[in-house]
Amino acid sequence: MTERLRVQDLSVHFRSERREVQVVHDLSFTLEAGRTLALVGESGSGKSVTSLALMGLLPPPPQSRTTGSALLEGRDGADLLGIPESRRRRLRGDRIAMIFQEPLTSLNPVHSVGAQLVEAIRSHRSVSRRAAWDRAEELLDEVGIPEPAARLASFPHELSGGMRQRVMIAIALALEPDVLIADEPTTALDVTVQAQILDLLRRVQERTGMAMLFITHDFGVVADIAHRTVVMYAGRMVEAGPTEDILRRPLMPYTSGLMASVPLLETAGTGRSELATIDGFVPDPAAPPAGCAFHPRCAHNRPGRCDVPPIAVEAPAPDRSIRCARWRELAEEVR
Amino acid sequence: MATFLLRRLGHSLLLLVLVSIIGFALLNLAPGGPLSQFALSPGMTQADLDRIAEQMGLNRPLPVQYLDWAGGLFFGDWGASFRDGRSVLSVISGHLFATLLLMAASTIISVGLGTLVGVLGATRRYSLFDQLATVGAMVALSIPTFWFGLVAIYVFALELGWLPAGNMYTIGDQSLGDYAIHLILPSVVLALVNVAIWSRYMRSAMLDVIGQDFVRTARAKGLRSQRVLWRHIIRNALIPMITLAGLQLPTLLSGALVTETVFTWPGMGRLFLDSLNYNDYPVVMGILMFTAILVLLGNLAADILVAAVDPRVRLE
Ligand SMILES: Nc1ncnc2c1ncn2[C@@H]1O[C@H](COP(=O)(O)OP(=O)(O)OP(=O)(O)O)[C@@H](O)[C@H]1O
Ligand SMILES: [Mg+2]
Repeated sequence: MTERLRVQDLSVHFRSERREVQVVHDLSFTLEAGRTLALVGESGSGKSVTSLALMGLLPPPPQSRTTGSALLEGRDGADLLGIPESRRRRLRGDRIAMIFQEPLTSLNPVHSVGAQLVEAIRSHRSVSRRAAWDRAEELLDEVGIPEPAARLASFPHELSGGMRQRVMIAIALALEPDVLIADEPTTALDVTVQAQILDLLRRVQERTGMAMLFITHDFGVVADIAHRTVVMYAGRMVEAGPTEDILRRPLMPYTSGLMASVPLLETAGTGRSELATIDGFVPDPAAPPAGCAFHPRCAHNRPGRCDVPPIAVEAPAPDRSIRCARWRELAEEVR
Repeated sequence: MATFLLRRLGHSLLLLVLVSIIGFALLNLAPGGPLSQFALSPGMTQADLDRIAEQMGLNRPLPVQYLDWAGGLFFGDWGASFRDGRSVLSVISGHLFATLLLMAASTIISVGLGTLVGVLGATRRYSLFDQLATVGAMVALSIPTFWFGLVAIYVFALELGWLPAGNMYTIGDQSLGDYAIHLILPSVVLALVNVAIWSRYMRSAMLDVIGQDFVRTARAKGLRSQRVLWRHIIRNALIPMITLAGLQLPTLLSGALVTETVFTWPGMGRLFLDSLNYNDYPVVMGILMFTAILVLLGNLAADILVAAVDPRVRLE
């Protein structure tokens, strides 16, 4: 497999009222060509901050501070976190692109769909206006928008949420990026549209071979689209591995909790309509619990084991990681 | 669009009728009344006054007088000045150019400077510049225009002698440069308050837009920051400012009245004060109606402009 983006020890701090709060802790993962990595976690676990950090879209220092490295492979490879903004700007939207959680508000209301697409193309490639508009029409067609030529002249408010997200995808794909970050691209859409968008992303990936970082808190979507999965809690990786393995045998109680809170596509309609949710709340990043950040909410919490730092990351299998003090005993219990 | 215009026209007419009734009532019910001006003339007897009242129709019941006057307004006969008998419309149009010139110059200054200060304040939020601009705007808003005007005259005209203290031109010169030199002080003084208002609103409109998701999209596309600023942030921040400009017209007009008085500028503001002093009721009422129409037209223009630049707004 060809690596596209290697993220190493990514940490993000925000400064608020003279205090620095760490929101992402030493996150590492690798995106590979033609493959999708899911980043899963509850609201507030740091998924969006991670993707914005990779894009270089966080507020500039001193309001936020990003450390670690994110090596973009291939021609003129670079450490996205280490290069100056002027260089990063040229990679953004070209080699690495992103679609957002909020399709309804992510397009500029006063410019036509076509203008916003053409702008994305022409800011990175010196092509004629004419050629850019042709390419824009092609892109709208590619993302399944009917009557693409007419839609170029439409304004965002004239399109449905699903159509707007398709336009966002067209913009992100305009320059055939090596890496696409999709931050909960379907959360705001209804279920049928959600399935269509996932399908579209999968088809585009098969054709272009781009690497995808797919952010979600829905294990149904994870099962559907991701080859690998990283589960995140309170800014930390708590479990990672091939999606199939994790779904079959989650090792971290938090992962099981998350999975139970979403009816899997297979189990949906089997009468299990009630959603179990994990009791309690994601900790405030300004005052994280000692030891395992999940221990106050964990049914398997053992004082003296789970609430004492540090909890090491272990490898239960060659391609799996886990950050849980009791994963071995819990695995035994299940057996 | 057509139905929109018709409806707005209907609303505007209704408003104008209301303004005219209130203005007419206030003026005629106030102590003094139209005849007081003539009563001041030496040798005027009560019989003379009665005859004048008869001639001018001032002895009729007020509602009749109102209908007569308002009907005339509608058909373009705005009455005649008590002072010199010239038609009100020609008196007003004789002063119109000066006022429009002053208002245009000061609007260019206040929109240009206010936008610049607002944009810089929002993009360099809490910087020294931003804080100075905030304090400056507060100071400008708390100083009365006439005081600022008098100080400007004292410093730049009397002490330094750089600029003329008043009037629109030097008699016998009247070149373009001469107009320009006379225009500087009054337009800057009139603009001062509006620069303050405009920059404050522009700053908050900018901050509103900067936090929006589509700005993040624009940056995610890898656009140059200047392009994000102009095409995505400023372009959207200016839309509410158009409406504001329309709403600020009355303030601008009353500011012009004060400024014209301080700088002996031969515009409608001066005309209005002079006419009040002379109890020249037809001209006073004429100016009232004229400015009301101007304000309504300004707001209509603002609404049409907003619809032209914001595709979400439909004129219906
Ligand atoms: N600009 C910012 N300044 C300060 N704190 C921030 C900022 N952006 C995010 N945070 C904090 O970072 C933490 C993680 O937020 P993030 O948006 O990454 O969550 P998320 O996992 O994407 O959640 P969701 O599923 O709701 O999108 C939260 O506690 C949030 O309050
Ligand atoms: Mg998020």
